[in-house]
Amino acid sequence: MNSNRGEDMYQTGIESVRSKKDLETIQAEFIQYGKKFPWRALVCSGASCMSSNCQGVKDALESALEKYELQSAVDVVVTGCMGACSTGPTLIIEPEDVFYCGLQPKDMDELVRIHFLEKTICREKTFFNLNTGEYIPYLKDVPFFKGQEKIVLQNCGRIDFRSVEEYIANDGYLALHKALTQMSRNQVIQEISDAKLRGRGGGGFPTGLKWKLASKNESDDKYVICNANEGDPGAFMDRSLLEGDPHGIIEGMAIGGYAIGANRGVVYVKAEYSKAIERTEEAIRRAREINLLGESIFGTDFSFDIEIRIGAGAFICGEETALIASVEGERGEPKLKPPYPSDAGLFNKPTVINNVETIGNVAVIILKGAAWYSAFGTEESTGTKVFALAGNINNSGLVEVPMGTSLREILFDMGGGIPEGKKFKAALPGGPCGGCVTEEHLDVPMDFESLPELGATTGSGELICMDEETCMVICATIGSGELICMDEETCMVDVARYFMEIAQEESCGKCIPCRVGTRRMLEILERIAKGQGKEGDIELLVELGNVIKDSAFCGLGQTAPNPVLSTIELFRDEYEEHIHDHCCRAGICPDLSGGPCENVESGAKPSDKEL
Amino acid sequence: MSIATCRVDTMDEQDKFALLTQVIEEYERKPSNLIQVLHYAQSIFGFVGADVQRVIAQKMDLPLAKITGVLTFYSFFSTAPRGRHIISVCLGTACFIRGGQPILDHLKEILGIDVGETTEDQRFSLEIRRCIGACGMGPSLIIDEQVFKRLNVSGIEQILDEFE
Ligand SMILES: Cc1cc2nc3c(=O)[nH]c(=O)nc-3n(C[C@H](O)[C@H](O)[C@H](O)COP(=O)(O)O)c2cc1C
Repeated sequence: MNSNRGEDMYQTGIESVRSKKDLETIQAEFIQYGKKFPWRALVCSGASCMSSNCQGVKDALESALEKYELQSAVDVVVTGCMGACSTGPTLIIEPEDVFYCGLQPKDMDELVRIHFLEKTICREKTFFNLNTGEYIPYLKDVPFFKGQEKIVLQNCGRIDFRSVEEYIANDGYLALHKALTQMSRNQVIQEISDAKLRGRGGGGFPTGLKWKLASKNESDDKYVICNANEGDPGAFMDRSLLEGDPHGIIEGMAIGGYAIGANRGVVYVKAEYSKAIERTEEAIRRAREINLLGESIFGTDFSFDIEIRIGAGAFICGEETALIASVEGERGEPKLKPPYPSDAGLFNKPTVINNVETIGNVAVIILKGAAWYSAFGTEESTGTKVFALAGNINNSGLVEVPMGTSLREILFDMGGGIPEGKKFKAALPGGPCGGCVTEEHLDVPMDFESLPELGATTGSGELICMDEETCMVICATIGSGELICMDEETCMVDVARYFMEIAQEESCGKCIPCRVGTRRMLEILERIAKGQGKEGDIELLVELGNVIKDSAFCGLGQTAPNPVLSTIELFRDEYEEHIHDHCCRAGICPDLSGGPCENVESGAKPSDKEL
Repeated sequence: MSIATCRVDTMDEQDKFALLTQVIEEYERKPSNLIQVLHYAQSIFGFVGADVQRVIAQKMDLPLAKITGVLTFYSFFSTAPRGRHIISVCLGTACFIRGGQPILDHLKEILGIDVGETTEDQRFSLEIRRCIGACGMGPSLIIDEQVFKRLNVSGIEQILDEFE
């Protein structure tokens, strides 16, 4: 999205940033520039808002400002994702921090007139709380934002992602400067270890330890790879972060490079993310231009540069060894570990691979220190986690919460609960590798320790919510952060079939358990969904699932059966109804009769919930 | 050079191959750059057919089998011509939960093609995407660059009418 800021946008005259003083100069100049405008109007241009014509809203905003001769009073800033995706297009007006949403181009004339000329709030365009029937004008009062703690996303939706100056004005590149000039490599690693930062890509591996292993290996060439393949089918955290704050990722990678002794970085991003690619590319170019990337950064002997590698539509390429193969130009098949990437990774050189969000935590830890950071979250799971909240939920979008926040808070306080008064059925933290969480476990803290006890993980941050009519088959992990909420209209068998279809599609074919096993499981699930299920199918699914988990070569196969096993465990009665009564209570499976299913004597035990 | 900046609609075959050769040279014929070269090839030609694969193999000094092997591994690449308009139905989890599957089934029925196929008149190709990032507004689909949201089955025909 283009902005009128264009030419008059503040750009530093400093050609090469060499010192802290240079950073401070840019900071001061930017603040000076900002003082020219009494207001800032931030227009969200995250993926969801872009699909709702935020460009049209911005154009209309600018023409209205022109009409009322307010151009020099309001700085229109295009930002990354603000998070409140279901209410887009959204707009924040600073300094009051009024949050406008659900905007259309035709609204903008009135909004400009009321807000900037009459200096009151255009209430009907602010957030409407469905539960209380009231408008909520100020961002801080909107339930969706309350309880969030923006550390990784601090700039996302708040600054112009194209402006390195604005990033610097918000303390950007100070952490890199501090690391390079005041800390030894080991001290950087120690700080990350003390902060107890753990990988946000799904595995939760301690980042400090990973860096330490790579730093100990002597080699002329080492690499830092940022994993932005974001394969989980409902996840958009990494994408939003790259789109909204690309300099934060560049700075984090450079600090990582310094810590392990690498001069080269690679961002591996999936091909579908054209905006993320474009914005990251532009940020890298700009950083190079003023020597925040390249030779002797800040006048030290540390050199670091980053290139972008574009994936080509393979979920498996999120797995680190497969990702490396793909960067090397090969088929993205996983390799046996050891050797681990920290010993022999990209082109056989020591390599650290971190998830986008993990890297997004690095700069702030170095700048503010491990003690500050570890005050957020729980004892063992520090900091925050970003979740992509979606599914049958009122306020879907991007939320960042302290580790250990309960699922109930996320789904019902921030998420605003299930639409149309339907009943909550299950949530799916961790996407396709995770399992389900049902009502009785809603108070479980979302962190690395608690979810696995439920057979769930936090995954990557995808959080999907489903209703009772969704047919689902899942197990839970904090995983990557996909968080899907499901209501009563969700069929659990259908959900299981859905995830198995993805696993089957994405299986790379290298090992038999995954290649053949997922196909067999999918066939059985399809049969059940069509009403052709047989006695013993459930047992067969469980047996197959466990064998695949134990024998598959990599994480894809090892986690693929989880959704099936989890839904069987929690919703076995639905499977039984599909098989014995040819009935889908959610009314999703087209070949079966809809609910309510008569609980005919079928050997099915009614679930505890119903008793 | 970014993939998005290639303007190839007006080029003839010969120019396209010249451009491809230039790309390969820019990438220094390094085998590790194969996937990036394939991205360019696809944006130049619309798909990566047998003739293009042969040229890449020859210029990069790699066995043809290697090119084909890598190409067919990745679902983003197509080895056959695609339609004038690409319909990508979002089947990310959120859109799926919100009814993406019936949308896809309906499209398959009215177009008479399966996922990954192209209609006989070359008007539409049908694809699946796993999450386009518009999760609050599902189910959704993309035709070319345009996003359509909060869909229901009955409105689909009308949307298709907009595309010749
Ligand atoms: C099938 C599979 C897919 C994966 N996809 C991703 C992904 O899309 N993004 C990601 O960051 N990690 C993904 N991972 C995890 C990576 O292998 C790796 O653990 C991670 O990138 C390490 O970064 P972290 O320690 O910062 O989390 C995947 C793993 C498996 C087994």
